[in-house]
Amino acid sequence: MSEMSVTNAIELAGLHKNFKEVRAVRGMTLSIAPGEIVALLGPNGAGKTTTIDMILGLSQPSSGSVSVYGMQPRQAIDSGRVSAVLQTGGLLKDLTIEETARYTASLFAQPRPVEEVLKRAGISGIADRRVGKASGGEQQRLRFAMALLPDPDLLILDEPTTGMDVEGRRAFWASIRQDADRGRTVLFATHYLEEADSYAGRIILLRHGLVVADGTSSEVKALAAGRTVRATLPNADEAELARIPGAESVEVRGDTVLIHASDSDSVAKYLLTRTSATNLEITARALEDAFIALTSDAAPAGETANAGGVQ
Amino acid sequence: MTAQSVQPAPVQPPPPRSAPWRGINPTVLRLEIRRLLRNRRTVIFALIVPVVLFLFVGTNKAYARLPDGHGNVSLFLLVSMALYGAALATTAGGAMVSLERAQGWSRQLRLTPLGPVSYILIKTITAMILGLSSVIAVFVIGRLTGVPEAYHGYTYLWFASAASVWVGSLVFAALGLFIGYLLPSENVMQFLGLVMAALSFAGGLFFPLNRAASVLQDIAKWTPMYGLNQLVHAPLLGGTIDIMWVVNAVAWFGIFTAGAVYLFRRDTARV
Repeated sequence: MSEMSVTNAIELAGLHKNFKEVRAVRGMTLSIAPGEIVALLGPNGAGKTTTIDMILGLSQPSSGSVSVYGMQPRQAIDSGRVSAVLQTGGLLKDLTIEETARYTASLFAQPRPVEEVLKRAGISGIADRRVGKASGGEQQRLRFAMALLPDPDLLILDEPTTGMDVEGRRAFWASIRQDADRGRTVLFATHYLEEADSYAGRIILLRHGLVVADGTSSEVKALAAGRTVRATLPNADEAELARIPGAESVEVRGDTVLIHASDSDSVAKYLLTRTSATNLEITARALEDAFIALTSDAAPAGETANAGGVQ
Repeated sequence: MTAQSVQPAPVQPPPPRSAPWRGINPTVLRLEIRRLLRNRRTVIFALIVPVVLFLFVGTNKAYARLPDGHGNVSLFLLVSMALYGAALATTAGGAMVSLERAQGWSRQLRLTPLGPVSYILIKTITAMILGLSSVIAVFVIGRLTGVPEAYHGYTYLWFASAASVWVGSLVFAALGLFIGYLLPSENVMQFLGLVMAALSFAGGLFFPLNRAASVLQDIAKWTPMYGLNQLVHAPLLGGTIDIMWVVNAVAWFGIFTAGAVYLFRRDTARV
């Protein structure tokens, strides 16, 4: 099947959003293919929510374009192709959980049954509880249930687990993951690194309204921090090792060599083919290091670093 | 337009799922009414206060013997209280948008196919249903306390009075929407309760204006309750309808509607 002919779930081109003096999004261009699970990762103020609002048609770009399955955002919502769990979307405290879902379901032409979405969000047991009496996590699950009603092809989640305890967060992601197994495209914003690392197939790192890294979790990690190649190599020649293309620094500890590399593949290949190295190990540094390196104000801005192998 | 036009893949086009007018459906209206009835303050203002006021002032035996137009003074007060109740009810119904904006529900609704015009219509219909309940409550109490006997067989006047009160309360549904968009607050009805009391006094609903100072009478004629108050009593009192009453009611309806539409447009553009 030719990839080119498939309409992307999300297509952003030269997207800008200014709020008076603040340039919240400064030229974002990216595509998300159907079926991808993508994390929009970045510190507060990186432009995650602003970008999501534009994808959903809740705000208009200052310039640039947004298309969702080839449609205008509003059209995509009207036709039920996209839905979202928002940080700020309010619920009516005086309705019960089930009433809220029924109300929302009645607005869609072909909704999934209310019982089904409540079950999938794990809140069938508290269907009769007033929303005002439900916990933050339960309310978030209700928003998730509401987002499932149109059976969307694309589900967008904006910091969905903010304010949940660890257990609630885990349970929430378990239901999302179960759901994504059905082939739904998922885009979620988060500032929790481990959420991006564990649940996304692709991470888009934002800083000051720009994409600073885009790739798989390990590509993003490697991009900022490189990898460390470790091997057993008696009588290593430190100067020779330092000349391997892609090696950045060499450390020799007895029979063990540690090479920090921007291109770990090339270093590994060299060690295995040109030396007698054994027990070779390649480790990426934690995503947190990449996150700090790429999003701190010391990092160079205005440049888009593209991780290898990613369109 | 998009890659879809050149797509050879045998993808089934999804069925049209858009339904922007679906918002006005029995499920939504039933839940909206249920919400209003769960709000104790709304129930007290819209249904209990007008009935209690009527029981206090309207059932006086002396009033029942005082003829007034086709009926008596009790009946006159019954119509006044029905208007007061219906106005409070529809204002409260319209002002629900304030609460929903404060709670962020209107933003949540933008993730559904519900159109903004449908939303306004839902709020208006809900407000008018609450207004109708208020009118019915007051008139039923009136009937139970023996007031209708004063109609001397003019059954249609009974319905004409109730209908004109109900239709007239549309002015206050518009006021509620206007204030709802003006003040995003969870406590807007506390403020509106005072406003409604002031407007009712100024419109001569609680107190005959011809006993007030003439300067007050002149001012009162320009307030929103004045025209309606005259009009809803017209079936009972008979006599001619002053065109200025109609002008007053229609003009205020226009002002409140225009204000609500303007603020609503600003609201949807801003977010």
